Amino acid sequence: MADQLDDYVSAIANAMGLPLEDAWRPAVRANLEVALRLARLVDDFPLPDELVSAAVYST
Amino acid sequence: MSETPTAMSAAEIAQAVSNRKLTALAATEAALARITAHDKVLNAFTDVTADLARSQAKAVDAAIAAGQSAGPLAGVPFAVKNLFDVKGLSTRAGSKINRDLPPSPRDATLIERMEAAGAVLVGALNMGEYAYDFTGENVHDGPSRNPHDRTRMAGGSSGGSGSAVGGALVPIALGSDTNGSIRVPSSFCGTFGLKPTYGRLSRARSFPFVASLDHLGPFARSVTDLALAYDVMQGPDVEDPACVARAVEPTVPLLSEGIGGLRVAIAGGYFQQNLLPEAVEAVARVAKALGATQTVELPEAARARAAAFIMTTTEGAALHLDRLRKRPNDFDPAVRDRLVAGAMVPAVYVDRAQKFRRWFRARVLELFQSVDVILAPATPCVAPKIGQATFTLDGVELPVRPNIGIHTQPISFIGLPVAAVPVPLEPMPIGVQIIAAPWREDIALRVAHALEQMGVVAAPAPRGL
Repeated sequence: MADQLDDYVSAIANAMGLPLEDAWRPAVRANLEVALRLARLVDDFPLPDELVSAAVYST
Repeated sequence: MSETPTAMSAAEIAQAVSNRKLTALAATEAALARITAHDKVLNAFTDVTADLARSQAKAVDAAIAAGQSAGPLAGVPFAVKNLFDVKGLSTRAGSKINRDLPPSPRDATLIERMEAAGAVLVGALNMGEYAYDFTGENVHDGPSRNPHDRTRMAGGSSGGSGSAVGGALVPIALGSDTNGSIRVPSSFCGTFGLKPTYGRLSRARSFPFVASLDHLGPFARSVTDLALAYDVMQGPDVEDPACVARAVEPTVPLLSEGIGGLRVAIAGGYFQQNLLPEAVEAVARVAKALGATQTVELPEAARARAAAFIMTTTEGAALHLDRLRKRPNDFDPAVRDRLVAGAMVPAVYVDRAQKFRRWFRARVLELFQSVDVILAPATPCVAPKIGQATFTLDGVELPVRPNIGIHTQPISFIGLPVAAVPVPLEPMPIGVQIIAAPWREDIALRVAHALEQMGVVAAPAPRGL
């Protein structure tokens, strides 16, 4: 997993044109690990397929 | 009434100025003198607009001398977090990069409304870079310092706002709150703070962070002052697409209605975890004073906090993507590394977070059918030391910076109005959140006012100056 995440960080930085110096990688990776852990907490929660996140005019 | 302008509340200053017992210029000079005396320690201000303030104050005095009606904030000095546009200043938003922006051609809507009520802007305030912060620290401008202990954090990201009001440099300041950035510094600095309902106050001509979570609001040293500022800033504004077309609903006349008939509950579960004893004590004091014994559960609050985190890091990354590409070395490195990571979060997680918000909002709104107010801690602890990296909550050592706002994030996630009230514990104050249903700022402020009248909450005199 560790190597895969490092690979992911490199690949997406390249794909998005984001500069990523070697000195920043450990912190970026650590922040991404936190974000993915929290994202999985949300992902684990079952939501109805019909749930809509779009804004709706009420008046 | 207090004798010196800097010890007077905003309401007292406005009354004295209106009655010609004090000039707006004298009130302004007193605030400027106090800023000069104490801001070297507090580092709350990044810009002191003394000349503009004197001009504005003279205009207020001239209007009163001409027999024109003085506004409800006549001659009241105030300051704003430096993400508000101030005419003639570059809106730095706590960053180095934004200093290259041209001077703003016009004040933010909320500044215009404060000034229309007679208030006098005296400067712009320090903040965490691009508002992505809970500490009040800033690598470019130095940290805002806590007015009760200069070795401690002011809290963030509206650190200068908390420091300036907690230190009584000004009676009112404006800040922003995306995940807790009004409520956290209010808690740490011992001030009252109001995060209104999402969409209530215009954000026009302020620098954004996470548009779907950003709120603006006031800090003050009393509930009356908080409500005075809030009332004059209300009203629709087509220049902020999220600002609703809702009539002004004044709260000042309602403050003394008391809490009779209000159903007050304590947030349980998630909101009773990860607390140091002082936070438990603060909520207990407030609950006891209000006679609150019922506990309600905000379902899946931990996931709500997680979803707020995801929306913040990804929307924040999207906002700054071009700056991250072109000027990465001009960011605070810690902010940059969080934003770069945010840009790498898969989009499907963002969609899940947004949909979860709809689910969570509906469940919490159901709670407000049986209660009017929910009490929750504002922060897990009193202000940590500046630079402190970790603290231990429920036996687990955690990084300070992202975890200071764990009790505020689930609430702003769904845009509920919250009054943060300071419990003046010794040696450091700590805040409690008074949470109300959407558009019921009046209820949150009434409860805050009742607690203030009972002596349970108060902005303590600055202990570190």
